[in-house]
Amino acid sequence: MSFKSESDAKAYWKENVGLMFKLLVVWFAVSFGCGILLVDVLNEIRIGGYKLGFWFAQQGAIYTFVVLVFVYSHLMGKLDRKYGVHEE
Amino acid sequence: MELQTLTYLVVGFTFSVYIGIALWARAGSTKEFYVAGGGIHPIANGMATAADWMSAASFIGMAGLIAFLGYGGSVFLMGWTGGFVLLAMLLAPYLRKYGKFTVPEFIGDRFYSKTARIVAVICLIVASVTYVIGQMKGIGVAFSRFLEVDYGTGLLVGMVIVFFYAVLGGMKGITYTQIAQYCVLIFAYTIPAIFISLNLTGNPIPQLGLGSTMVGSETFLLDRLDQVVMDLGFAEYTTSARLSTLNMFVYTLSLMIGTAGLPHVIIRFFTVPTVKAARSSAGWALIFIAILYTTAPAVAAMARFNLMETIQPATATENLKYDERPQWFKNWEKTGLLKFEDKNGDGRIQYTADKASNEMVKVDRDIMVLANPEIAKLPNWVIALVAAGGLAAALSTAAGLLLAIASAISHDLLKGVFRPNISDKQELMASRVAMAGAIAFSGYLGFNPPDFAAGTVALAFGLAASSIFPVLMMGIFNKRINKEGAIAGMLTGLSVTLLYVFQHKGVMFIADTSFLGDLPANWFLGIEPNAFGAVGAVCNFAVAFAVSAVTKAPPKEVQELVEHIRVPMGVEAAQDH
Repeated sequence: MSFKSESDAKAYWKENVGLMFKLLVVWFAVSFGCGILLVDVLNEIRIGGYKLGFWFAQQGAIYTFVVLVFVYSHLMGKLDRKYGVHEE
Repeated sequence: MELQTLTYLVVGFTFSVYIGIALWARAGSTKEFYVAGGGIHPIANGMATAADWMSAASFIGMAGLIAFLGYGGSVFLMGWTGGFVLLAMLLAPYLRKYGKFTVPEFIGDRFYSKTARIVAVICLIVASVTYVIGQMKGIGVAFSRFLEVDYGTGLLVGMVIVFFYAVLGGMKGITYTQIAQYCVLIFAYTIPAIFISLNLTGNPIPQLGLGSTMVGSETFLLDRLDQVVMDLGFAEYTTSARLSTLNMFVYTLSLMIGTAGLPHVIIRFFTVPTVKAARSSAGWALIFIAILYTTAPAVAAMARFNLMETIQPATATENLKYDERPQWFKNWEKTGLLKFEDKNGDGRIQYTADKASNEMVKVDRDIMVLANPEIAKLPNWVIALVAAGGLAAALSTAAGLLLAIASAISHDLLKGVFRPNISDKQELMASRVAMAGAIAFSGYLGFNPPDFAAGTVALAFGLAASSIFPVLMMGIFNKRINKEGAIAGMLTGLSVTLLYVFQHKGVMFIADTSFLGDLPANWFLGIEPNAFGAVGAVCNFAVAFAVSAVTKAPPKEVQELVEHIRVPMGVEAAQDH
């Protein structure tokens, strides 16, 4: 273990879980939310030939997932440096 | 050049590239056989993971299913990509930090129990073998078309090729080979999609073409497709849900957590040098996967549209004469996967949603992607390329899965539990025998697969979702879960899912032995067997928590192990084991 203190270790883990939770809310919202639960409502709106709910289910959710993973990777890198637990 | 000759050439050429790479990078040590000697760059690893991940189900099966399910097919698109978000955030970095060869090894250490490790091996084998059955279906379809023989013969040829292919190299060969395979499969998938999108909508980007208007008309492609299918009595393409909203929800969840629990994908994250690289590698893998997954809906919709327009043209006053059917139709009839029956004896093809008058009595969904370029009258080299791509997808995944099965048996069971003194050479031998056994067994079941390729693979995901994912996640995020909880959880999750699948799909997927029949009326809350993994996972979590609460907390050193894997710093190099 290489944290400066026990409380640092706790704080790091708490921030990690917090960040994860926020990103998972987005993950849930674009797929299960827009793509499944709210699909009928969103289908009233159109972008080009796409009904919006259909677009989320077959396109939008996937684009969002890609962004989420990179955002997570980037923010965790910052968090690691903040607590001095990053790798060389 | 004639199509079959051209296909032989293209497929032959790609195969010699893969085999050449496998020979060049031949696995020397046991270590290399499993995890490619560590230190592979995240982008390269992402590409290899993508090839490993995208199987016959993604390449051959998925778009065909979506073509007929429409909006309902979205469960595959969201499920098989969304799982990477879970994998990247919940598992990959921690398992990399822990840094061992296999998933059961982690479970055995974290839950300080050989029994837990053995149970994990069983779960892994059940899920992986089911997955390989799905690949066998895809390989069988591809070879039957390509050699113009019936499905059974195609499957046999495929089994022999998979055997030589997987047993020859190890992970090291596979990592580089898989990068080559990714390139082949992504070209093979996108090029016909670009052509077809251009033909229909004038937009070369399939993702945009799907939302565009038809060439020479103001009507959007999707609106036109909705119209065409509804005129023949089929459900509206863009809105028809898969059974129910609840079923779609559970199905998607099941595929997502299954993605994060599949051992052959997790094992790939052991091959990058650092925890940071494990995180970004998941992102790269997802980008490479997303290229195919965002193209697939366009392929699906356009394939359905072209199929309908060819067989049952909306504009023509009379139906297509059977004697004048196109060449692709005849070719697929030879495989037995496409069947016509002239019910009203008029010599013409009627294709409708009504079972009594529909004369297209069999349209196997798994032929759609392979037939698509032929239906759209694309040049022969494109068709040959698609055949090569389909085989690349099926082979790369089958090889990765067989490796996971082999390492579970030789490394976890033999070396880890029963014969700790086994030599490296014997271990390698055992893993090759295990691979051969798995190919024979899943090939045999592949003659009568439980579902189309993507459906069979979905079953495998359900099994991984219900057994492996929950214990991995609890093992990392909860220090209180102990060995009793984990073992009880895995057994509950696996048996709940397996029992549900077997009672509707037959014991070992042999249809005659299903005791409740595959009928929606008998389904629990209307949830289909393919989607039941999520329910199994919930049971797994609940049982593990309950049992852990009433039994002894894990020993101190295990709690320290959990603390250790939560911190990225101080990762051991993959080479050092």
